[in-house]
Amino acid sequence: MTGAASSARPALRDNLFARAFRTKTGAIAGGWLVLLALAAIFAHLLTPYEYDIQQLSAAYSPPSLSHWLGTDEFGRDLLTRILYGARISLSVSVISIGLSVLAGMVLGAAAGYFGGRLDRMITTVIDLSWSFPEILVALILVAIIGPGVTGTMVAITVAYLAQFARLTRAQVMAIKSETFIEAASGLGASHRHILFRHLLPNAITPVLVSGMLATGDAIILEATLGFFGLGAQPPTPSWGAMMSSGTALLFKAPWIIIFPGLAAAITVVSINLFGDALIAGLDVRSRPRVE
Amino acid sequence: MGLLEVDRLSVGIGRLTLLEEITFEVDRGEILGLVGESGSGKSLTALAIAGLLPLIGARVTAGAVRFDDTDLTRLDEYRLRKFRGRRIAFITQNPMTALDPLQPVGEQVDVVARLHLGLPADVARSRTIEILTQLRIPEAATIYRQYPHQLSGGMKQRVVIAMALAGEPDLIVADEPTTALDVTVQAQIIHLLTSLVRERGLALVLITHDMGVVAQCCDRVAVLYAGRLAEQQGVRSLFAAPAHPYTHALIDCIPKDGMARGSLTGIAGSVPSVAHFPSGCRFHPRCIGRQSVCEASVPAATALPGGAVACHFPLNGDARHG
Amino acid sequence: MATHDMADAANLLVIDRLTKRFDSGAGLFAPRRSMTAVRDVSLGVSRGSVVGVVGESGCGKSTLARLVLRLLEPTQGTVHFDGVDLGKLAPRDLRRARRRMQMVFQDPYSSLDPRFTIEQVVGEPFAVQGEALPPGRIAELLDQVGLAGEIARSYPHQLSGGQRQRVGVARALALRPDLLVLDEPTASLDVSIQAQIIKLLQDLKQDLGLTYLFISHDLGLVRYFCDRIIVMYLGAVVEELPSPSTEPRHPYTRALLDSTFSPDPGKRRHLASLTGEIPSAFNLPKGCAFAARCSRASSRCLSERPTLTTHASGHRAACFHPIVADEKEPS
Repeated sequence: MTGAASSARPALRDNLFARAFRTKTGAIAGGWLVLLALAAIFAHLLTPYEYDIQQLSAAYSPPSLSHWLGTDEFGRDLLTRILYGARISLSVSVISIGLSVLAGMVLGAAAGYFGGRLDRMITTVIDLSWSFPEILVALILVAIIGPGVTGTMVAITVAYLAQFARLTRAQVMAIKSETFIEAASGLGASHRHILFRHLLPNAITPVLVSGMLATGDAIILEATLGFFGLGAQPPTPSWGAMMSSGTALLFKAPWIIIFPGLAAAITVVSINLFGDALIAGLDVRSRPRVE
Repeated sequence: MGLLEVDRLSVGIGRLTLLEEITFEVDRGEILGLVGESGSGKSLTALAIAGLLPLIGARVTAGAVRFDDTDLTRLDEYRLRKFRGRRIAFITQNPMTALDPLQPVGEQVDVVARLHLGLPADVARSRTIEILTQLRIPEAATIYRQYPHQLSGGMKQRVVIAMALAGEPDLIVADEPTTALDVTVQAQIIHLLTSLVRERGLALVLITHDMGVVAQCCDRVAVLYAGRLAEQQGVRSLFAAPAHPYTHALIDCIPKDGMARGSLTGIAGSVPSVAHFPSGCRFHPRCIGRQSVCEASVPAATALPGGAVACHFPLNGDARHG
Repeated sequence: MATHDMADAANLLVIDRLTKRFDSGAGLFAPRRSMTAVRDVSLGVSRGSVVGVVGESGCGKSTLARLVLRLLEPTQGTVHFDGVDLGKLAPRDLRRARRRMQMVFQDPYSSLDPRFTIEQVVGEPFAVQGEALPPGRIAELLDQVGLAGEIARSYPHQLSGGQRQRVGVARALALRPDLLVLDEPTASLDVSIQAQIIKLLQDLKQDLGLTYLFISHDLGLVRYFCDRIIVMYLGAVVEELPSPSTEPRHPYTRALLDSTFSPDPGKRRHLASLTGEIPSAFNLPKGCAFAARCSRASSRCLSERPTLTTHASGHRAACFHPIVADEKEPS
């Protein structure tokens, strides 16, 4: 009757990513992301060029065997700059969305669990910031803090916070009404126990998936800020800044704008597809019954 | 010959056989109880009668569902629709989800009559109010205009029954129609269904897990276990002398007046899932009277006076031979 | 009258004039409304007994269960557990008191955290009370409720409804409580499984000397399982039966009894015993809450609310026109 129990797999959270990788789109999208991340990390080993050494004699070279993706107006290798740019794009978006998820969960869980005046306060602030587009929030923040990597990160963190706080709050409120929460308080459980052992573990998965999807948006937001010159400052390469400098040369050297744009587009699409694969694997109760 | 004859019906999904050789019949003015625990195949049988198996990806693999001499399993979806909702009506377990929340309940009853009987709107409307009144709904004209959320559970279930009646069916298949209702309301609905059958000469297949409900209103009973028919008999002989140990155990699950404490034991274990059907008689792991043969071979259906049982060692053998 | 059982030291649990009112929050467009889910309920549960609370949806039986265990704060009234007023306990002491009174919930699906293994579910009481888990205790508990030790590593959704409910019972037993509040523990199970669980509860009571407050909608089951029966209708107690075989005096109890289907085709009832349905608790009638559905109702029932009056020792009913002993049921 219970023979299958011993072969029960560990918690779903642990193999959610593995399951996403087993789908076809999940594997392709996830593969690209892993490859890009590795290439970004080991960029200094992969390319013979430096991202900031100018070599004006080679300026505007179209793609060739020595410069696979061509060079920019200062003769810098584009592939190299895209790889180093990936470092900025990926780390800025991942770190700031990570912080945003963390802060959003704290606020949302507190609001959803404790309710009352705390909930009304947090919800009001969240609703206010929710009513502005992320790009506007980000632009205002960068204007206050000043352009650069730190400013971009703070801007992205704050811009997406409302989304995660709202989602966490809704999740927590739904789970709060489940009987097992009542059962835990009947055992004498503290708020801390209920929050950290029951509510958050049950609420976290959709928030993480939505964080994953937001990372794609964050890459675009980072690129946008870079495009306006508000992101990473030269000579540090960022995809947005590279595209920005490419606009003036659109007809003279189109590869300067095309390749960073393509890198950003493929990455964002991959993140979205991988996020979809994650969502498809989300069904908590899809494992077999014990007979 | 019955109005509905389910004849050695087998239903499968992929390579799995969900129902095996289910046989029973029900005639006009008669209530057949289809009993068993959850997972025994009751609702699946209802889906098969309705021709709705494709909804869950299953199909009839053998046998027939004859309704008024037409084998429903051989009809295409288009011709099936002339039966479903019109001559055969269905009542589902949960009246909360059977109604469209955005439409007044009366109009939802109208639709059935307009669709199946081609009645004009105003005729359908007055007919609906007539049916609602017959179902002892007070102030039917007011109820007609209300939305599902404004009605109580019992009232909603009455509306669902009204929808079933609107097509003037010959047969009603009701899947646990009172499970979601309060006990006093359950009694009302059961009495209502019973009187409909008696007065209008309808045939009713009543699916339930509650032997109390069966005893109160059914004429014949078919007991299902793990996709097979365990026993079929008239209601009085079934309760007086259940032949299958499973039937006996099911009856013993209901507390009776003056029953000694501790005499209620239930049936050990639970209904196996399709993927884990045991060999031989599927009930043998839970049966107190099992022998080695029960594990080895599938018991064939043997005739009883007015019924059949599929058991190697049917109960009350002495009483029956005498 | 409210103190009828109070002095009795044999009572493990004494509920006195308990009332719970819920206010639905006044929103921007919705007026504030209030409903009384439990009204002026008093009862005592003696050690080692099984007291059944029976009634249909909206009668307040589940709210009562939660008030007893202090999962809800009462609007008025007190709950004494083993002589201690739970309402006067500091949070720390209340947490300690919870070890001795536990609840088994109706829905075995939502009462177990889907991310916990069975082991974690049954071990949670120890974690919550900050106590080391005695070695072998999980296996012992699972064995006590008739579950094989191997399921300890499974997740709730891998178990059947009956198995899950056994896990719920094991969790409630973990800290060796004195009182179990059973809130419709079998209502969402098949009858065959229901009988298993009832049998289990009976055995456990015997072996562990437990006291039960058993909440149910099924009068037949309550009469089988309980020593005393409290019948509730729309938040108030309408009748108290000192033994399961006591003939009811209140027409509502009678109707409940008539609605219980006996598994005997020879005993068919040909009349629906009750018409109408339970009115909304948001606008209770002025008089007897049951009057609108009652065949015995008089004009007095519509204007005045009956209180519980004693008919025989331990038998009380709140009705102006109780059914007398030798009277045939009205047809």
